[in-house]
Amino acid sequence: MAGNTLRSTLSRVMGAARSQVPQTRAFTRGMHTVTLIPGDGIGPEISNAVIKIFEAAKAPIQWEERNVTAIQGPGGRWMIPPEAKDSMDKSKIGLKGPLKTPIAAGHPSMNLLLRKTFDLYANVRPCVSIEGYKTPYTDVDLVTIRENTEGEYSGIEHVIVDGVVQSIKLITEDASRRIAEYAFEYARNNQRSSVTAVHKANIMRMSDGLFLRKCREVAETFKDVKFTEMYLDTVCLNMVQDPTQFDVLVMPNLYGDILSDLCAGLIGGLGVTPSGNIGANGVAIFESVHGTAPDIAGMDMANPTALLLSAVMMLRHMGLHGHGNRIETACFNTIRDKKVLTKDLGGNSKCSEFTNEICQRVKDLE
Amino acid sequence: MAAALRGSLVTLAKGLNGPRLHQLGSRTLSLGACLRAPEAPPARADSTFKVTMLPGDGVGPELMTAVKEVFKAGDIPVEFEEFHLSEVQNMASEEKLDEVLASMKINRVAIKDPWEYKGELASYEMRLRRKLDLFANVVHVNSLPGYSTRHNNLDLVIIREQTEGEYSSLEHESAKGVVECLKIITREKSRRIAKFAFDYATKKGRSKVTAVHKANIMKLGDGLFLQCCAEVAELYPKIKYENIIIDNCCMQLVQNPYQFDVLVMPNLYGNIIDNLAAGLVGGAGVVPGESFSAEYAVFETGARHPFAQAVGRNIANPTAMLLSSANMLRHLNLEYHSNMVSEAVKKVIKQGKVRTGDLGGYATSNEFTRAVISNLAI
Repeated sequence: MAGNTLRSTLSRVMGAARSQVPQTRAFTRGMHTVTLIPGDGIGPEISNAVIKIFEAAKAPIQWEERNVTAIQGPGGRWMIPPEAKDSMDKSKIGLKGPLKTPIAAGHPSMNLLLRKTFDLYANVRPCVSIEGYKTPYTDVDLVTIRENTEGEYSGIEHVIVDGVVQSIKLITEDASRRIAEYAFEYARNNQRSSVTAVHKANIMRMSDGLFLRKCREVAETFKDVKFTEMYLDTVCLNMVQDPTQFDVLVMPNLYGDILSDLCAGLIGGLGVTPSGNIGANGVAIFESVHGTAPDIAGMDMANPTALLLSAVMMLRHMGLHGHGNRIETACFNTIRDKKVLTKDLGGNSKCSEFTNEICQRVKDLE
Repeated sequence: MAAALRGSLVTLAKGLNGPRLHQLGSRTLSLGACLRAPEAPPARADSTFKVTMLPGDGVGPELMTAVKEVFKAGDIPVEFEEFHLSEVQNMASEEKLDEVLASMKINRVAIKDPWEYKGELASYEMRLRRKLDLFANVVHVNSLPGYSTRHNNLDLVIIREQTEGEYSSLEHESAKGVVECLKIITREKSRRIAKFAFDYATKKGRSKVTAVHKANIMKLGDGLFLQCCAEVAELYPKIKYENIIIDNCCMQLVQNPYQFDVLVMPNLYGNIIDNLAAGLVGGAGVVPGESFSAEYAVFETGARHPFAQAVGRNIANPTAMLLSSANMLRHLNLEYHSNMVSEAVKKVIKQGKVRTGDLGGYATSNEFTRAVISNLAI
């Protein structure tokens, strides 16, 4: 199964890489349908911003807006509404705003549900320093690729006797190979030169050992991409001292969770970090990973950058590099010039003003 | 369990029981100490203290040489009992481990550098930890005056449980290609480390303890840890208690590390945060660490890297080990000597003339050690 999935994602990505003249390709293919899940809190506002900017850039994207609220299917299983699932099954590509995780609502988090429904096995987060948005770290340019289906997040836990809990971390050969293959494919298709496997095989010799072994095996088949391996703690130590030494990082679930947020911190936080989830059968969902910010929802104060950059990632994934680059440049230039910025970026403008500024620049770039 | 707690209190108290002057709060010690040191009479001990020394792998032996040289030059009344136990050099065996344990039983204090691992599921490192029940690892991350990094004036303490959690070495292949790794969290050990953290905060005059966890995912395991921390926190109304999810904690550490004071966490997260925080102030070569059980204290480097690629190249930075040895002297109540060593190290760093490669200098390990020796205010 893994082989098939891989091949399908592979061909997609390969397709993306081959189309060096994206404009023409886009027009020959016509409009692409993308399922849009605006999300909660500030979700609708920032989704509108993205729609507007895409219109300005004349990106050949047709949005199919779907709402996701967990519903209980027959047999009491929680699932996402059929309309949303059908739309995703057809379009294969989704863009998603933040979803609130209800506490004690009885159903699992929507993010988890989406991940399970579409077998989103890889979480990809490019972290690139944004010129003009100052952090103590400059020149960060790396990508974290996280295995998203197993590991510490297996959800298998039990109380053995009162006061003793055992949580099981699950590592399988198939999932490890699948994520390793994706990481190397990604490196090759995005002109990145090295992949580093992050592990803790000195302590978890069998489980992380298995993960590492699969990475090594896959590395053998990608001779053009440099492969290194590093302990998780060493990566953390080096990351905060000199993040420029890293390129593509691939790792099991928990480490990926930690490192991807750490790297987001290096470039200014989740408000400017895009994220994509790659699933089996060519499904991919791109999302902003920040919270729903209910305190400023509806006040036109939100910062749409993370969702916009995720949408750019999506365009690239679909082979629409021309549109993607244009929107990204417009966004980065807006931030660099510091004239129109939302509050969290250090400015005083509204979300709509920030959006209009980017729209204007997108048009100017044409 | 209560006994264990009392024990840990004793260990802690021991470290602080020095001359009355110094009890005023060791947080400002680095500042206060240099003023007071000359006035204090050289508290010569009548006899020498014996300390178990485990040089470990990698650059460990080189760093230990630095410690020995400095101690000799400072005429410090400590005698080392050295044990070379190394897994990678096939110099480890049960007998050796027993010898170390026997020595530890008498000396109670050890200075140690990490071992490299290979082969067996449970390394000697972890076996020693378990045999001595070294449950609490303390890393005090403190910016070095004079050495500027991206984040300056940092002062935070990381307390890590290090006997259970992910480091249980319980793994098995349940089906071909499927490996299960068990993480164990117990109420007893969670409460013990939480109590240790709050006692530490009380002793050192700190105001906040933050528990680091991933209870949103590991609801039972980390949930239990978190619950224990919250329960213990209620016994310390003067100390503020907060909790934070591990991934957010890492992000906050690189964005605004000043918000943290004392952090307490299970094993693996401790490993991550120790290293991350060490990176913030200059790397593995500058941050000292220590491990405690109810009866024993082991002094080591904070980030615990064998740094094998530097072996024999005379480039390793002895700062962390020397600062750790100074902490050891304080633990032995040799307050005067402790200040002497730590002040000398800090002076050399502050002057900035002699620095090893990791701090952007060109000095060798030996040159650094010699500089420290020439700055010892005997």
